[in-house]
Amino acid sequence: MSNSKIVTLDDLELLKEKGLNLIYPTKTKISVGMATCGISTGAREVFQAISEEVQNQKLDCVLSQTGCLGFCQREPLVDVIEPGKPKVVYAEMSYDKVPELITNIKNQKIKNEWMLCQIGEKYSPRLDGIPFYKDVDFYKKQKKIALRNCGFINPDCIEEYIAKRGYFALHKVLTEMKPKEVVDMIAESGLRGRGGAGFLTGKKWQITRSSKGKIKYIICNADEGDPGAYMDRSLLEGDPHSVLEGMLIGAYAIGASTGYIYVRAEYPQAIVKFLQAVKQAEEHGLLGKDIFNSGFNFEVRVNKGAGAFVCGEETALIASIEGGWSGPRPRPPFPAKSGLWGKPTNINNVETWANVPVIIDKGADWYSKIGTEKSKGTKVFSVVGKVNNTGLVEVPMGITLREIVYDIGGGILDNRKFKAVQTGGPSGGCIPESLIDLPVDFEKLTEVGSMMGSGGMIVMDENTCMVDVAKYFLAFLEDESCGKCVPCREGIEKMREILNNICKGEGEEADIELLEEIALTVKEMSLCGLGQTASNPVLTTIKYFRNEYEEHIINKRCPAGVCLDLISYSIDAEKCNGCGACVRPCPTQAITGEKKKLHSLDQEKCIKCGACYETCKFDSIIIK
Amino acid sequence: MITLFIDNQKVAVKEGTTLLKASEKLGIEIPTLCYHEGLPPYGACRLCVVEIIGEKKNRMVAACSFLVDEGMKVLTISDRVLKRRRMIVEFLLARCPDIKAIRDLADKMGIKKPRFKTKNLDCILCGLCVRVCNEVAGIGAIGFVNRGKKLKVDTPFHLASDVCIGCGACSFVCPTGAIEMELDAVKRFRELLGIEHKCRYSLMGLVSYKVCSNNYECWRCKVDQRIRDSLATHPIFAAKKIKTEKVNQYFSFLKKIQE
Repeated sequence: MSNSKIVTLDDLELLKEKGLNLIYPTKTKISVGMATCGISTGAREVFQAISEEVQNQKLDCVLSQTGCLGFCQREPLVDVIEPGKPKVVYAEMSYDKVPELITNIKNQKIKNEWMLCQIGEKYSPRLDGIPFYKDVDFYKKQKKIALRNCGFINPDCIEEYIAKRGYFALHKVLTEMKPKEVVDMIAESGLRGRGGAGFLTGKKWQITRSSKGKIKYIICNADEGDPGAYMDRSLLEGDPHSVLEGMLIGAYAIGASTGYIYVRAEYPQAIVKFLQAVKQAEEHGLLGKDIFNSGFNFEVRVNKGAGAFVCGEETALIASIEGGWSGPRPRPPFPAKSGLWGKPTNINNVETWANVPVIIDKGADWYSKIGTEKSKGTKVFSVVGKVNNTGLVEVPMGITLREIVYDIGGGILDNRKFKAVQTGGPSGGCIPESLIDLPVDFEKLTEVGSMMGSGGMIVMDENTCMVDVAKYFLAFLEDESCGKCVPCREGIEKMREILNNICKGEGEEADIELLEEIALTVKEMSLCGLGQTASNPVLTTIKYFRNEYEEHIINKRCPAGVCLDLISYSIDAEKCNGCGACVRPCPTQAITGEKKKLHSLDQEKCIKCGACYETCKFDSIIIK
Repeated sequence: MITLFIDNQKVAVKEGTTLLKASEKLGIEIPTLCYHEGLPPYGACRLCVVEIIGEKKNRMVAACSFLVDEGMKVLTISDRVLKRRRMIVEFLLARCPDIKAIRDLADKMGIKKPRFKTKNLDCILCGLCVRVCNEVAGIGAIGFVNRGKKLKVDTPFHLASDVCIGCGACSFVCPTGAIEMELDAVKRFRELLGIEHKCRYSLMGLVSYKVCSNNYECWRCKVDQRIRDSLATHPIFAAKKIKTEKVNQYFSFLKKIQE
């Protein structure tokens, strides 16, 4: 299809027009959020129901799909766009609501209760009292750069990406800029790697660029394995072209003609979307030989991971692409000097690549004005755990944890008390309430013993036991350690064993000191980033929640009521009114009693499952 | 030449030298388990970690793989290094309480009993055997299987290897004695090749005679001991040092095996 090849700026403009018509068609358009988060809550069924209902009711409209708008808590989201009117976003849709939805669209009616927000301030609001997108609490403090197109365009459609000024940055780079100028521009912007360590991207590019060798590679690290973090997946599913464009720009700047993307196999949808983006870009001449007649050639290969968390570490990732046993190797030499197949290799995270086109398009100045002194731009966090609004949020660096948890996250579930927030994935640290006004950037998080990591943010409430949390993360890391170096392989296991004992009530007073000693050994002696950060959950929980450890060890008590061996359930004689609600859910028939009389709980039979606690409406079940 | 200070002693070494080699020059001994002269650094045992004095913070790096830098100040027996090294040995002692190499290290550091549950394993996973088989012999009969605490050295799918040439290098480099030569493997090697190529040492170009005084019973081989004595290492490492033609001969043999 030589006629669809994009060669000049006019070709791009033409496709932009086409894309704009697709995003804002001249008739009604219904679009369903179909990223993995949407699909898991039933978006596919909703989409199916809509397409059937549209035929049934003979509604003349366009059906489309889009990525994740970030508010995963309220998925599936359905957008209804009518020409000349703001876009209406419906939340928590299900297939049984679809017939009413279509009827409403036909009759030009809007269902108030379902609405999340309306988008498009240039139009007069369709309905008073429904907030515009930018006024919704969840979105108010966000600034979307990496996620700029997620949930707004159809990821399957290159024209829609071009309509949002996609590939204009690539055109500018290839036709107007020298590779060195591109590197300088990224360096000036102050962009830092979003994969965790926060190394300056421009500097990394510069080192790879100036490394000796004719053949160089770039790699996109999409092996996102942190429990609770999913920004890379969302980006690849919702806006794969922005990652691809970032890689193209990076390859030109560095002097690479082959790029790899290493995606974990557990992200099938992301792989499909990215492969499709690659195919479309190839068809339009944006990948391959002589892109934009500039003489620049580039090809992309997709590598699937095989379920090893450690492959997120760059040297292990390279070993995995090369087909070897995936373990890290000592650095230096850094991949920038000797990486894939021994050639200079530049590895950046998905989110870093997605930031690149915007920086080129809007300028380094614009970008470096966002954020703090040393951490520029925005960062995507996946806010999960015990908050009211879970989802993906992109916020400027320097925002406080309080703003993220309370303003964006909407506070703690069931109005419980905030206890800690764990940032940076399994090897991040737990930040206590006393530090909730901490501005979030690379340095500040490291100072308090945690890290930026990939941007996972797990919020914990007063019912969380911090010893149990440390144990949980260590169990994950113990399972995922590659086993190559002694401190990581043996040390994490030993720490987990000690924590297990503490949670069982078999802890000794010397255990805390021993834990700290092991933790420091693992931190300082390990070969790669996994081990070097693995102690963070232990060190921070000891630092900020030492009293909880002591309670477990000395008084054999779990203050949060989580560690099964240290708690017992009983019935409060004053509060129990004998309603009998707790009798049925008890799986071991430990609770007995006549109606309207005080019930009793047989400790011998009780397995501490907590079913009675959750059922009782009168708070008469006590956990000690 | 690059000048640096190790334990306050000045030393000048060539660019690209590792800290371990530079310390050796000063006669400073740094304990290692996964390091071997004939192999590239691996950095797995972390026993050789030393402290580098930095402007803001001191860094801990593995001496076996870290390269020297001008004016660098290195501490190999600081309190911090010794404390961390002790913990590593304690980990290993808990893993392999009956292994002499580990016991000796522990004794030297005054560790009597590890504070952790013991496991009674033989292998410390230093990877020497895997590396010598893959990187020096170029055979790849053994490799790592699984990960983390399940990590072990094994043949693919735990089946008897059909590529092992019975050179015995893995067993030679093993610091704990976890790998022993299996007579079956040696026998298979003898049967695999014709009468002229029965002796592995003659194939490596290290001995000249074709007829073996031990009737090709490798497990009784006297040549073995003699070669080790004369080369002071396993022939597979020595093969690199002797004449090129012999090395070529050796490699053509390997090729033949692989065909």
